[in-house]
Amino acid sequence: MLHIKNVHKQFDNGFLALEGINLSIRPGEIVSLVGTSGCGKSTLLRIVAGLDFPTLGEVSIDGEPITGPHPKVGLIFQEARLMPWLRVAENIQFGLSHLSRLDRQERTEAVLRKVHLSNFAEALPRQLSGGMAQRVAIARALVTQPDILLLDEPFSALDAFTRTQLQDHLLEIWEGDYPTLLLVTHDVEEALVLSDRIIVLRPHPGRIHRELRIDLPRPRRRSSLEFQRLKEQLIGELDLSPAVPDLVKLGGVGSGG
Amino acid sequence: MSSLSLPRRPSRQKLTIPRPLQGWLLPIALVLLWELVSRLGIVAPNLLPAPTTVLQTVVDLARSGALFRHVGITLYRVIVGFGIGTLVATVLGALTGYSRVAHAYLDPLLQALRNIPSIAWVPLFILWLGIYESSKISLIAVGVFFPVYLNLMSGVQGVDRKLVEVGQIYRLSQLQLVRRVFFPATLPAYLVGLRNGLGLGWMFVVAAELMGASQGLGYLLIDGQTTGRPAIIIASIVLFALLGKLTDSGLAVISKRLLYWQDSYGAG
Repeated sequence: MLHIKNVHKQFDNGFLALEGINLSIRPGEIVSLVGTSGCGKSTLLRIVAGLDFPTLGEVSIDGEPITGPHPKVGLIFQEARLMPWLRVAENIQFGLSHLSRLDRQERTEAVLRKVHLSNFAEALPRQLSGGMAQRVAIARALVTQPDILLLDEPFSALDAFTRTQLQDHLLEIWEGDYPTLLLVTHDVEEALVLSDRIIVLRPHPGRIHRELRIDLPRPRRRSSLEFQRLKEQLIGELDLSPAVPDLVKLGGVGSGG
Repeated sequence: MSSLSLPRRPSRQKLTIPRPLQGWLLPIALVLLWELVSRLGIVAPNLLPAPTTVLQTVVDLARSGALFRHVGITLYRVIVGFGIGTLVATVLGALTGYSRVAHAYLDPLLQALRNIPSIAWVPLFILWLGIYESSKISLIAVGVFFPVYLNLMSGVQGVDRKLVEVGQIYRLSQLQLVRRVFFPATLPAYLVGLRNGLGLGWMFVVAAELMGASQGLGYLLIDGQTTGRPAIIIASIVLFALLGKLTDSGLAVISKRLLYWQDSYGAG
């Protein structure tokens, strides 16, 4: 169980990025954080990852407060962030140096099969396409067998086709081990395809504005009426025109709950 | 309409000179021209001896064994000076690149010292260390130090924060982070520094040997001047060029081997 309790984050320059964030996530749940830029969603993810620290409040995993990167938490960044001097298999083993050679090899082979890159174990990152590199990054996170996988806009740098493919692929992987997924995205469809719950954040200061529960069965059809209705509702909640927030609120949310 | 062509697109070759030989074409033409100018007496041969005369001088020096003594001692000075300069620069550059505290204390002083023309140290070194090997090697080491230091320091500072974060996520210790992220990420800049440093090492060995030596290629230069033998001067210059090029190519080959992973235009 992941608990985020009353988290505030104020940067050194006085900017209040997050204010009073409370969120609990069950094991195996898929939760998306969505919001316009500046709403603090990436900051919140970095705090959960242990790369950044809250000014006030606490994040805990199974009751254990986070004071730095946690061995049971994996993180996938917006960019693949592979070490350019390591081959694909070596990149995947980057976080496994505590294991024996045999264990490392077995796990690497298994995870390479999972992301369909078995033939590229010896390739260098410069030889990979963007989508392949991101799959290696996913494999590098999965291979440590995390209970919680954090994803910071993981597919936003990819083309639409590859993005859809990798979203389906992520669900496929999730259905194997059911890790908790906490995902930051600004892609409304991505949030709807993947999530059990969508947390809508609003900026100045970053705070939770609304929580949407998505009960559609998976796999979800993007073209279904229900999907389109939820998409309309979510876009309304996002408050995409900051200049006239009240107008959007009046016009957008009508059908929602 | 004509299509755009990328700079490295293989073009249809009409004149096929193998790539490695292309660089030899111009020097060979110049040497032939020089021989001709000298032979025809267009320039006085006692001022500009022909290439064949220079070659003969080198052969004579080699026969007497003097050549190897001079080349050997010069090579020794460069290698030892390069080694010492590189060692100190590596320690200090890594330190000031990695630690902000070390940078704040050390870098301003080193940057100030860097602006002193290194030749200006010569009188002081001779006064302190005498006219023998130590003062020469010290001068070379100082020359090698700065490019290596500067490249390594800025290389370490320029390591991609995003890759460092990956190391943090996998909870690497400081030492592991240095070994597994900082070291490989800094290697390209460091190797450039080494090549610059080696180039300066060759420059300063000439300066050091001109100041007063009884052996070495620099001594041969002075010897040729005082005894009025331009062939010896030119022979020394050519030997400097050859040795410098040879050691630099060695480093270039090592760099290419170590940086096989780079995705750069020049690697193609």
